[in-house]
Amino acid sequence: MSTPAIRTRALARTFTLKSGPVHAVRGIDLTVPPGEILGFLGPNGAGKTTTLRMLTTLLPPTGGTAEVAGHDLLREPARVRERIGYVAQSGGLDPACAAREELVTQARLHRLPKAAARERAAEVAAGLDLTGLLDRPTAALSGGQRRRLEIALGLVNRPAVLFLDEPTTGLDPGARAGLWDLIRRIRAEHGTTIFLTTHYLDEADALADRVVVVDAGSVVAEGSPADLKRRYAGGPTASLQDAFLAITGRAAPADPAPVAI
Amino acid sequence: MPRLLPDARLLTDTGVVFGRYMRATLRSKTNMFFGMLQPLLFLALFGPLLTGFGLGDGSSWQVLVPGLLVQLALLGGSFVGLGIMMDRTLGVIDRMRVTPVSPLALLLGRTLRDAVQLLVQSVLLVLLGLALGLRAPLPGVLLGLAFVAVLATALSALSYGLAMHVRSTPEFAAITNTAMLPLMLLSGVLLPMSLGPGWLDAVSRAVPFRYTVDAVREAFLGHYTSGTVALGTAVTLATAAACLVAGARMFRSAR
Repeated sequence: MSTPAIRTRALARTFTLKSGPVHAVRGIDLTVPPGEILGFLGPNGAGKTTTLRMLTTLLPPTGGTAEVAGHDLLREPARVRERIGYVAQSGGLDPACAAREELVTQARLHRLPKAAARERAAEVAAGLDLTGLLDRPTAALSGGQRRRLEIALGLVNRPAVLFLDEPTTGLDPGARAGLWDLIRRIRAEHGTTIFLTTHYLDEADALADRVVVVDAGSVVAEGSPADLKRRYAGGPTASLQDAFLAITGRAAPADPAPVAI
Repeated sequence: MPRLLPDARLLTDTGVVFGRYMRATLRSKTNMFFGMLQPLLFLALFGPLLTGFGLGDGSSWQVLVPGLLVQLALLGGSFVGLGIMMDRTLGVIDRMRVTPVSPLALLLGRTLRDAVQLLVQSVLLVLLGLALGLRAPLPGVLLGLAFVAVLATALSALSYGLAMHVRSTPEFAAITNTAMLPLMLLSGVLLPMSLGPGWLDAVSRAVPFRYTVDAVREAFLGHYTSGTVALGTAVTLATAAACLVAGARMFRSAR
């Protein structure tokens, strides 16, 4: 079996606040094979973004270990960063900066020489249907175009693993469907492993090979969408919504919720 | 693995970051002159008031312009953090941090842009001073500009470090204002502290920027070997080094 694209063991993060410790992530074990689209699902505050920020080297874990894209997260964070792309919820575009300049600079930050950076920017833009928009300031792009540019920025280094934090939040239905196609195409063309967080169940259902459900900082269920529906919601015709509610116990406040570990 | 010596990559990376922010500054005229208004107003509207007073050797412009140069470096340098707070909210900083480039290069690139910008503003200030009646030897003026560059770089690094740790723009502005106003008044940017009563003069000796101001004034008079310039250089370099190290640490540890 080939090396997993992501492997974590007891990955944890505790924030120390004046009011006491907050255990945002309480020991997560994950193994993601190369080329998988993994949906990281959970209600608000479940620890999705904290996990993502640890896996992208932005936040040091307070416990556990992880390897991402073949490198140890703690010992070789710079090597990890060479091999991953990260698209945050906030996106990371400077509204006054032209799309092309953002792309070329990002490629330069990945240490491509000037000419190669310009070439790479044009190539990634072409792949994401952005060519005609390159000279516009990013503020002049539509929500869907901006999202595509943000993803393009995450792809300039041809990453082995692409992290997407709630990629379709705030998009209209057409742009969402377009983005799902794009994510599938990135994986199909480059074999990129894609780790995406979402709280939209239809998104996980449509896109993910496998879903990991987190709640209160721990993994509470994992499997293919069909698998989860069968196990938690009584059958393949149930919705992932039913499964999710059964797993996280958010549906029945009056009733003791079924705890699924 | 920690490296003791900065490698060639740090220089290239810093250059890329510098280029990005320099272009951003050049795109926006208001950015280019941000922070310049206050020293210019002091020069044009306060400077003429001093021409009738004897303030020691030389003209009153040789006292005021050096002070205003340091004021420009102090104010211009310490408020640059406001700019990075916007980038933080937009996610630009995080996006750049998830690349092989070191946080130090991300910090230094911006900081050098600020130094260049403040140097351009300083030259304009000196030119306006010349028009109003300032006369000073060229080596002295150049030395003064070098002090501005060092101070601006260091304070800008510290300002970014602070901005990466505070939660909101008002909080940043409150901290910076509260710290900078007394420091500026006590460094004697408008009038030499030696004019004041003994206690004020004594208190101001605890403020490192006072030595910078005194040194730039001596340089503008052409007195390079009086000891004041040497003391000012030593204190300024030591302060700058401390600000840079603190700023780099804070920037690196930001989450």
